[in-house]
Amino acid sequence: MDLNTLWFILIAVLYIGFFVLEGFDFGVGMLQPFIGKNDVERRVVINTIGPHWDANEVWLLTAGGATFAAFPMWYATMFSGFYLPLFLLLAALIMRGLALEFRSKDENPKWRSFWDYAICVGSLVAALLLGVAFANLVRGVPIDAEMNYVGGFFNLLNPYALLGGVSAVVLFILHGAIFLSMKTTGNVEERAKKVARRMWLPVVIIMLLFLIATYFQTDLLLQLGINPGLIPLAGMAALLSVWFLLRKERFGWAFGMTSVGIAFALVTMFQIMYPRVMISSLNPDWSLTIYNASSSPYTLTVMTIVALIFVPIVLIYQGWSYWIFRKRIVAKPETLTY
Amino acid sequence: MDALMLARLQFAITTVYHFFFVPLTLGLSILVALMETFYVRTGREVYKRMTKFWGKLFVINFAMGVVTGIVQEFQFGMNWSEYSRFVGDIFGAPLAIEALMAFFLESTFLGIWIFGWDKLSKGLHAAAIWIVAIGSNVSALWILIANSFMQEPVGYAIENGRAVMTNFFEVILNPNIFYMFPHVLMSGLATAGFFVLAISAYHLLRKNETDLFRRSFQLAAVVAAIASFVVALNGHDQAQHMVESQPMKMAAAEALWETESPASFSIITIGNLSGSSEVFSLRLPRMLCLLSYNQLDCEIKGMNQLQSEYEAMYGPGDYTPPPFIPYWSFRIMVGAGFLMIGLSVYALFLVMAEMFDRRTLALKIFQWALLLPYIANTAGWLLTEVGRFPWAVYGLVTLEEGVSNMVSPGLVWFSLIGYILIYGALIFATVYLLVKYSKAGPAPASQAEADQSEPDSDAMPSLVGAQD
Repeated sequence: MDLNTLWFILIAVLYIGFFVLEGFDFGVGMLQPFIGKNDVERRVVINTIGPHWDANEVWLLTAGGATFAAFPMWYATMFSGFYLPLFLLLAALIMRGLALEFRSKDENPKWRSFWDYAICVGSLVAALLLGVAFANLVRGVPIDAEMNYVGGFFNLLNPYALLGGVSAVVLFILHGAIFLSMKTTGNVEERAKKVARRMWLPVVIIMLLFLIATYFQTDLLLQLGINPGLIPLAGMAALLSVWFLLRKERFGWAFGMTSVGIAFALVTMFQIMYPRVMISSLNPDWSLTIYNASSSPYTLTVMTIVALIFVPIVLIYQGWSYWIFRKRIVAKPETLTY
Repeated sequence: MDALMLARLQFAITTVYHFFFVPLTLGLSILVALMETFYVRTGREVYKRMTKFWGKLFVINFAMGVVTGIVQEFQFGMNWSEYSRFVGDIFGAPLAIEALMAFFLESTFLGIWIFGWDKLSKGLHAAAIWIVAIGSNVSALWILIANSFMQEPVGYAIENGRAVMTNFFEVILNPNIFYMFPHVLMSGLATAGFFVLAISAYHLLRKNETDLFRRSFQLAAVVAAIASFVVALNGHDQAQHMVESQPMKMAAAEALWETESPASFSIITIGNLSGSSEVFSLRLPRMLCLLSYNQLDCEIKGMNQLQSEYEAMYGPGDYTPPPFIPYWSFRIMVGAGFLMIGLSVYALFLVMAEMFDRRTLALKIFQWALLLPYIANTAGWLLTEVGRFPWAVYGLVTLEEGVSNMVSPGLVWFSLIGYILIYGALIFATVYLLVKYSKAGPAPASQAEADQSEPDSDAMPSLVGAQD
């Protein structure tokens, strides 16, 4: 395996980490005003992700930085091409991030309800846009011979991409509801369980539709022939198993299975793209690949050494932080930090 | 306005705004970590309450630094895609390392620190805030390594029309970083020092929580005095380096059109800076030589001569920054810096003489002095970045060559207005919270804990606390 492939895999891993981790805190954010019926319950919901959301978001920042370092052409084409959606994504991330920190720092009910909206809408918009962006990446976008994105904003809003956006939203809601079921008690826990059970069927249907659409909208079938592919099917199987696990109240396992579902959906997408990183819908020869978009071998070598040292360290201490806050959050105002 | 001007404006606005929050994060993380260390070492309740009070303000400020920082990382690709293509091989690496080495560290451990008061041992909890402080400052180091490449490109070669890295260690040991990083680190500490001085002064004037705020004031006075002084000394070295590495920036900062020998230093100019119709200029003879070379005789090149030299080197073009911003931002930065030295030394003197909480006028001045570091920090970045005009990377790629070629002015307008609206609204929310929590003061000591804490009256406990 060459370094270009290694970095393609590493960036895929960073995005998978981001979607699995920030996925549940997006879901928790979208559910916050609905699962929390009063102020204390809403605080409980925020406190489940309070220690983690910022570090979860760093996975996206790292993926962006790694893309810049390893595949600068990909970074330049994608970020300037997806200009408007990225601006909206930034606005959503700014609002929800700040909302999580600021919401409980003032007693005024109007202040709190404003930031509750920001948490909910910001999480929803961010999840939707990320789904749209990734669906476009696998479907291909108009890229000319000079590696420039030449489509407009509405080019990105095709039905397939919108289906991708909706898939991300519903999947994260399920993922977040299961996380809340693991991390809360009493009324909040009961409501979270109910949402998880109700969301399961829509999620499976929408993900199945998205998978079928993916066979036809991308060149996955060209790559696989009539073989439907082990990874996408395993991902679907993981999501199917969630139903049994929810019935048996095995929420830890259910959370593991939605994580697998999210991860395998992304693995499928990166498999479709490989060895391309931006697929040109105009001419296959104009696609950006891990070779024509990459940094020099020297830079890739340096970055590989850095990544091999620091990624394991990050995993250890981030894992430790989840261990510290493993206990359920109880709806007692005096014990709530936020 | 064309897309280039709009992209520059957007970079300036979002960067200056981001840097309203960053220096306080860098410095206050260290001060809060010191306070918690005093608590761990002495077990005194007052230090715990101090840690929590200043920690709360730290967290509010930190959140703004985080959310505005994401914009910065995305902006290179969005508005400066050609720049990103040209230097990505070198410039992307420090950004990725920053995220991997520092962002994860500070965000994870800040979460642990905020939510972990009852879940960790005292020592481990204090270690968490130290890790946040280290993470924040390491993050500053990497982003400044990236910026140093733009000021003074090293460790690269041009291949197929792109810059590629040839030596990683040359890139991270860029000569510029040895001036720039200490300058930013110390500015952060000075900012935090003045922040703590100002809010402590507010409460001391009202005789509120005097014990806690006396200790805060003492610690801040020491830190502010040392940091302000070192910032100035280091700034002097940095200017000397700038004369060598970016002579045009120095000439612009002095509005020096014609080469002068021995060069005088302009303190203030009335009229315009175009060189043609100077109405009045107060100049110190030979002073610029002293500043630039530590000697009385020297020659400093003017902008006109540098312009023709650059034309010979890089081809025809405009290589002269508009001197207005470099000239005035330099004077504002240095002026604010000297005021900070004066005020913080005075604060230190009052602390030594044990009379700081009785000097009402002085305390009132310290409240307002909070503005000084913010003015100096902003002016410093304006000088650094505007003075590099027309280069994105000095001598390698111009701003015009670096701007995104496929992004329409309409899109940049849209996002620019969007940022102005969002940032404008958020500054109100942030200042509201900071003012509210500053004025509210620390949470009341709980009875059980208050019983444990012993009264003490020694003058400078926060300085000797660690040895108790």
